[in-house]
Amino acid sequence: MAHVGVSEFGPCTKYSVLHSHLDLTTSTTGQDKTEVNKTNKDWTAQIYAIRDAQDQAAFAELFAHFAPRVKGFLIKSGADASLAEECTQEVMATLWRKAHMFDPSRASASTWIFTIARNRKIDALRKQRRPEPEDLPWGPEAEPDQAEAIGLKQETEQLAFAIKELPEKQRILIEQAYFGDLSHSEIAEITGLPLGTIKSRIRLALERLRHAMK
Amino acid sequence: MNMTDTIKHHLTPEILMAYSAGTLPEAFSLIVATHVSMCDVCRAELDSYDAVGGVVMEDAVTADVSSDALSSTMKLIAASDTAPKAPRRSTGTLPSPLQDYVGGDLSAIKWKPLGMGVKQVILSTSKAATARLLYIPAGAAVPDHGHQGTEMTLVLQGAFVDEEDRFARGDVEVANEDMEHTPIADMGEDCICLAVTDAPLKFNALIPRIAQRFLRI
Repeated sequence: MAHVGVSEFGPCTKYSVLHSHLDLTTSTTGQDKTEVNKTNKDWTAQIYAIRDAQDQAAFAELFAHFAPRVKGFLIKSGADASLAEECTQEVMATLWRKAHMFDPSRASASTWIFTIARNRKIDALRKQRRPEPEDLPWGPEAEPDQAEAIGLKQETEQLAFAIKELPEKQRILIEQAYFGDLSHSEIAEITGLPLGTIKSRIRLALERLRHAMK
Repeated sequence: MNMTDTIKHHLTPEILMAYSAGTLPEAFSLIVATHVSMCDVCRAELDSYDAVGGVVMEDAVTADVSSDALSSTMKLIAASDTAPKAPRRSTGTLPSPLQDYVGGDLSAIKWKPLGMGVKQVILSTSKAATARLLYIPAGAAVPDHGHQGTEMTLVLQGAFVDEEDRFARGDVEVANEDMEHTPIADMGEDCICLAVTDAPLKFNALIPRIAQRFLRI
């Protein structure tokens, strides 16, 4: 199947009206922004403090916020309480070890920690290897572009807001997909997620990165 | 190993989302990781599905961790090797995720002949789906076959043409049960593909059907 669209999802437009949520870059109300900001604190400074200074206080802040979320995610994915506790600690330890890999121009902290938790879930719950894509060609001296990081942060907030605003039935479908309760043919039902802008933003960051390495 | 400018056939949204959610069989995860290693379009789309996962995790019901969880985690960190690893990047023909399964680049592949110059090797993955490397000599055809489930084929070297289109390095073809096709390798170069199936292929002639039993095609 040829799928070349960068900003569209092709023929399945069941929920495509939702794209409009992300196009509203400036028109969310003040109250909405407060709600979004509360749940999407920028954790970049704490992760950099771990990377640059092995800052245990910064880690404790991250831990207080993310460890209960990772554990909740693992339990909903089918882990019992003791396995979830053990895996949560491993996920948080991985966060410390891989702090140098965090790139705020490509992923928010919650996105990045989700990928670590997801990989641990596949390993511990599904007992499978997880083939991962190659790393991108960046050197340790290449600092992520500030404007890209800020742009991505804003679009991640809008994505979070758009998902919150989805009809309950569709929001539950998305949760089930990420907790591992849906097959990939069932997942086909929920294409049309409001991802257009965030996808273009990440693409731009990747292109910059490629260009910088030439 | 970026080939974004020349890739014309990409992964479908549902496959990328399932990979992000971590629900694909291992063989399908392997073909996704291999294609994404070559394709920034799909890498960006995958990253955006990971962002959805981040939002879902952020908003999901939390579970209290044990009172000594932070100190236990600090002990885990102290006991582990914190030296940063070098970026994992292939300079050969096979992208890194595939090299991990082959144990090296093209020269490390232990081909088994299927007849007519066609060769294959089955890679070791979980049983829910099968991943194989296929070698098709320039100008040769893979026997005409239909599918019971989903078959995904990623071109790693050379190119092939079938009833649908032409597929070159980095392109991925997704075929389902409605589709019967006869891929033919381009004349210029022998074609090497990664093919993943979640059910056995259905061959339309008797001889390949018999061979199938012995060769696990």
